[in-house]
Amino acid sequence: MIDKTVASVADAVAGIPHGATVMIGGFGRAGQPVELIDALIDSGAGDLTIVSNNAGNGDVGLARLLKERRVRRILCSFPRQHDSWVFDELYRAGEIELELVPQGNLAERIRAAGAGIGAFFSPTGVGTVLAEGKEERVIDGRRYVLEYPIRADVALVSALKADRWGNLVYRETARNFGPVMASAATTTIVQVDEIVELGALDPEAVATPGIFVDRVVAVGSRPWVVDGEFVGGVDVEGRPLGSQEASA
Amino acid sequence: MTTRISRDELARRIAADIPEGSYVNLGIGAPTLVANFLPEDQEIILHTENGLLGMGPAPAEGRVDPDLINAGKQPVTALAGAAYFHHADSFAMMRGGHLDVCVLGAFQVSERGDLANWSTGAPGAIPAVGGAMDLAIGAKAVYVMTDLLTKEGGSKLVAECDYPLTGVGCVSRVYTDHAVFDVTDEGFVVTPEGFAVRELFGDNTVEELRALTGLALVDASASTRED
Repeated sequence: MIDKTVASVADAVAGIPHGATVMIGGFGRAGQPVELIDALIDSGAGDLTIVSNNAGNGDVGLARLLKERRVRRILCSFPRQHDSWVFDELYRAGEIELELVPQGNLAERIRAAGAGIGAFFSPTGVGTVLAEGKEERVIDGRRYVLEYPIRADVALVSALKADRWGNLVYRETARNFGPVMASAATTTIVQVDEIVELGALDPEAVATPGIFVDRVVAVGSRPWVVDGEFVGGVDVEGRPLGSQEASA
Repeated sequence: MTTRISRDELARRIAADIPEGSYVNLGIGAPTLVANFLPEDQEIILHTENGLLGMGPAPAEGRVDPDLINAGKQPVTALAGAAYFHHADSFAMMRGGHLDVCVLGAFQVSERGDLANWSTGAPGAIPAVGGAMDLAIGAKAVYVMTDLLTKEGGSKLVAECDYPLTGVGCVSRVYTDHAVFDVTDEGFVVTPEGFAVRELFGDNTVEELRALTGLALVDASASTRED
């Protein structure tokens, strides 16, 4: 019997070594696996290379991992945001390395790693500083730059539901990097709202087949979804409206 | 003093050029205003690169869904007929030439259609590019929405960009608060021939625009003027 479910987030992130390359899903806060990141912090792992679209928001999740000084290097497309103060401070102090990658090249380099592609020519970034030093080729009259895959030791992904085989369904735009990151890491670890019985997921709706997934842990519902129904009542950061911490 | 139209008027003008049935990406910032002026009786499908086609307006108060955001990380809604997809698929739509139109902001646009809109190159600034470079080279028509002049009065239309480029030779048209400019490509000539003034707003004249930009603008406005 195949059972990829684990009992706790601590079990889920067990064994991630110092110096690992870790992909972290999410676009801003949507799809960011905050509970897994918290467990990674608790595990003590450090000197990490992180691959993620952004470089953290506020003081939680990826931002907290940075704040705890666990990250040596980050590959991302858009680190600078209105609430990226943790990254901003580390970067200005020269305490974190940044490789800036155009967002589509980031996604495709991750996809290429998962798909077994050795490298590919992309038109994105041609003639810009982000293509400097890269091999260029003209194909059918158009300029392209050579881009290499991005692999990781571990991917941390957030999805809505999983079964014990690791099949995943996502919710709305929280899907973002999940499917490509799940395919590109040696060990893919997924947090979900709910683990359901084998057969309960519509095979037509599975966005990440279980072959790409190694461990699954349930972390409980998003407050804005109750019994599968969207109920609202939160701000864009997921905090209850009118709560003490809710942003203005 | 030349006439300038407002951001909203400019957004309305751009919206009028987007035909029904188009797949459109509106960049972060001012271009998002264009959505407010797309005709409600026409089906124009908005793409947001974080993974949604059929993006709708902001949700009602209390109905914000943190899983449903746009590229600017603002809450949005999904219209009937919407589709979600992952990032590699989303950028395949962009890079693969499937979008009909994208509308982007700009720091500078050159006569060859080079776009600079992601970095001023200022020392100490934290670089962030996001999907700007993919959008610039991917859509069938790349429209820029911008003020003609910087706050300091310099022209954003230039012979050569001095800011770091987002894309080379990628801009098709520039909508400014003074006039609309096409980046022209004369027939068989591969290299674009510079800006042509397509449409003038208010009492602007091509002569005045030449003085403001310092560029040898082609006057292509006569055929589009009503008077």
